[in-house]
Amino acid sequence: MSPPGIAPDVRVTRSRRSALWPVLGAVVVIAVLAYLPYVVYAGTTSLLVNFFILLIMASLWNLLAGYAGLVSVGQQAFIGLGSYFVLIVGLHGIDPFIGLPVAALGSGVVGLVVWWLLSRLRTGYFAIATWVIASICYLVVIRFASLGGGTGEPLPGLPSISNTLLNAYTYWVALAVAVIVLVSIYVVLRGRLGLVLTAVRDDETGARSIGARVSRAQLLVFVIAAVGCGAAGGLELISQPFVQPTAAFSVQWTAEMIFATLIGGIGTIEGPILGTIVFFALQQWLSSYGTWYLIVLGAVAMTVAIWAPRGLWGLIAERLHLRLFPVGYWVWPAERGAGSGSARLRLPRLRLRRGGAASRP
Amino acid sequence: MTWVNAIIQGVLLGGLYALFACGLSLLFGVMKVINLAHGDLAILAGYLAVGVIAVTHIPAVWSFIIVVPLFAVLGYLAQRTLIQASLSRGVLTTLLVTFGLSVVIENALQQFFSANSRTLGIGSLISDSLHIGSQVTIAYLDLVIFLVAVVVLLGLQYYLSSSRQGRLIRAVADDREAAQLAGADYRHIFGIAAAIAFATVALAGIAYGMYTSFTPDSGSTALLLLFAFEAVVIGGLGSLWGTLLGGILLGVVQQLGAQVSSNDQVLAGQLLFLLILLIRPQGITTSRRMA
Amino acid sequence: MTRGVTGGAITAGAPLLEVRQLTVHHGQLRALDEVSLTVGAGEVYAMIGANGAGKTTLLRAISGLKAPTSGSILLDGTDVASLRAERRVAAGIVMVPEGRRLFPSLTVEENLQVGASYARPGPWNIDRVYELFSWMPQRRKQLAAQLSGGEQQSVAIGRALVANPRLLLLDELSLGLAPVIVARIYDTLPDLLASGVTVLLVEQDVSQALRVASRVHCLLEGRTTLQGEPARLTAAGLESAYFGLNTTPGAPA
Repeated sequence: MSPPGIAPDVRVTRSRRSALWPVLGAVVVIAVLAYLPYVVYAGTTSLLVNFFILLIMASLWNLLAGYAGLVSVGQQAFIGLGSYFVLIVGLHGIDPFIGLPVAALGSGVVGLVVWWLLSRLRTGYFAIATWVIASICYLVVIRFASLGGGTGEPLPGLPSISNTLLNAYTYWVALAVAVIVLVSIYVVLRGRLGLVLTAVRDDETGARSIGARVSRAQLLVFVIAAVGCGAAGGLELISQPFVQPTAAFSVQWTAEMIFATLIGGIGTIEGPILGTIVFFALQQWLSSYGTWYLIVLGAVAMTVAIWAPRGLWGLIAERLHLRLFPVGYWVWPAERGAGSGSARLRLPRLRLRRGGAASRP
Repeated sequence: MTWVNAIIQGVLLGGLYALFACGLSLLFGVMKVINLAHGDLAILAGYLAVGVIAVTHIPAVWSFIIVVPLFAVLGYLAQRTLIQASLSRGVLTTLLVTFGLSVVIENALQQFFSANSRTLGIGSLISDSLHIGSQVTIAYLDLVIFLVAVVVLLGLQYYLSSSRQGRLIRAVADDREAAQLAGADYRHIFGIAAAIAFATVALAGIAYGMYTSFTPDSGSTALLLLFAFEAVVIGGLGSLWGTLLGGILLGVVQQLGAQVSSNDQVLAGQLLFLLILLIRPQGITTSRRMA
Repeated sequence: MTRGVTGGAITAGAPLLEVRQLTVHHGQLRALDEVSLTVGAGEVYAMIGANGAGKTTLLRAISGLKAPTSGSILLDGTDVASLRAERRVAAGIVMVPEGRRLFPSLTVEENLQVGASYARPGPWNIDRVYELFSWMPQRRKQLAAQLSGGEQQSVAIGRALVANPRLLLLDELSLGLAPVIVARIYDTLPDLLASGVTVLLVEQDVSQALRVASRVHCLLEGRTTLQGEPARLTAAGLESAYFGLNTTPGAPA
């Protein structure tokens, strides 16, 4: 049983020519979204801000769990911290929008410390430990009366412009942050870090055994997720300028980002995007039914986790052979060009093997 | 000395935590399942007790006669269907499924019982307290709960070490395939373990309901899952004595923290947990490195 | 050392175990390719072959831990395919897995007790195992993880024996053990056979296999390359069957 060799007459490319279309499509979508505040009501833009916040969190959680193998149920720690960083900036009389990068950076630093504490833990222990960290962050923050203690605090320092304009600014900033986060994730996954992460996603032990710098990759991902969630938390406060500690550090955030990612599909970039859309649609549709919406969501999440682990995007992508964010590789026989049907070999995930024949006694 | 009183209260509270924790410890030790819905299952048991009491008008103290066996059956069924299906798909899936279950339980409880807080009334027999000296007050309820916890943990330890079924559970936990080769249907054995775990969770939930009031989301807001987990980690996985010790230690540290300031009760416990994670992650009683 | 330590002759009647055209896949990899064999009651049947040849896969299929892609496994004429692994113990098939796989947190005695949990009626019980391995009774309260490799192997065999198997599957007994220890363990085979147990074993050490087996069966990359009684085999024939030299791939043995 000889190992499959790469035939000498083969081309390997990062993407098809037709990958140009999704990029153009993305630009169009972003342009349309940017134009929206001019044509829709403030209520819709506020809704979309929430959408972007969830999109950011879901994409980052996907990076954590789907690629780095880190299941965190404590991201609300960074979301809450992000809100409070922005609050602190606002309380000093500075424009809270400037507080956003502070929130992102501050959360990143805390993320570094948290990683140092938790990095040796295995999956289940790691998960609950992140929840404990979030709880600790909450308990520490409410001790500060200057920050509103246990009851909360309104955000001062917002520019005194008309509500509609403030709304629009918030919207554009949120859109910008979402785009930055998604592009960053794409760039990360396309690079060498992404290669390591994809290997970890497929088989963590295998990845370690070939010397991939798994711990380093996981550290980077964890910090990126902390930074992004901090920004999301800051955005949340700006759009809803009152911070309430139990809400800011609530495990509800984790529930939402997990569900959005799960339903859309863990382990792909497109998954969380689709998942957030579906989640929001569900939320709007079922909102009049009160808690039923969460019951349904929880049941759907459980079903998807067991029977459709690749999520909605996974189901769609398999049928249509679609990939919007080209992070894989295409292998072409050298004589034929792109677009010819059956001769195409698709390797969307590199399987890192220890060379040689597969051996089983 | 109020400090002495605090320590005693902590020990008694630790019994309750240990009762919470032993189900979690069993599920993780045997099946490697981290049940994120653990706290919510306890609250579910509490609500079930509320329902049973409303229907049968038995005193709250006796509600466990119906609720605990019911939960044991529930546990067996949950294992054979849900948990087994998730286990075959990996650790991530079990975490996600139990998380989803947690959300479903909390919101279903809210839907059917409303968000008002409930409590399980306790009979006048155990609502009194014991007074030792001028500083120490021990509520009979707390004492009863502590004794129940010790008996349950003792009994479980004995069951696991000396009975045929307990031996099989330990064997399946060690090596599922080797147990199959000896003729054991590991899914059934897992089911038994889950049934026991669920039964202890039900007991813990009822005890909790007598101890304090609860709402549908108490599973998360009261951090029951976290305390149970912390007790297991502090005490050390793989030993029920360790779980009891861990619970007691957690309770004591919490009560001492409460002496410093009422806001610091939970924080003190979290910090102890972090400390153990850092310097002795296998827990106090285990010698092997587990974490 | 006499050859052929079998207690009984190869029976002329229906075989105890019959494997017909068994094919087993691990994902895309074909680990066993239409392997057939028969084992008569009272025999010691040895599977030999290089690493990756498919020997352990065969045992895993017979014990029920691995579902075959095609082919059948018959015990006393009855197809066992519908039986899950744990049910095959009741049918009389018990395996001692590769690497011993004792329950590390259980004591020696508890390991044996687990083995006896679903035992068929028969001559073997824990006391008889203690007679077979005389060092065991004093050490029975020790944790299995604290034993040496050879001791663990004996306990693993004992654990299988107390279930009173008709067909005992032994997977790589000699793995990681000194030859002296291995020989001592194989010396217990006659006692097993005398009690009515049939043995199908996998062995890396070819000379050891030739010493104890009534028939050997060589696998290479999932296919049969040689089978027969040790007395009738030549060293050259064995060598080419084992390593696949001088044979065209795919040609029948």
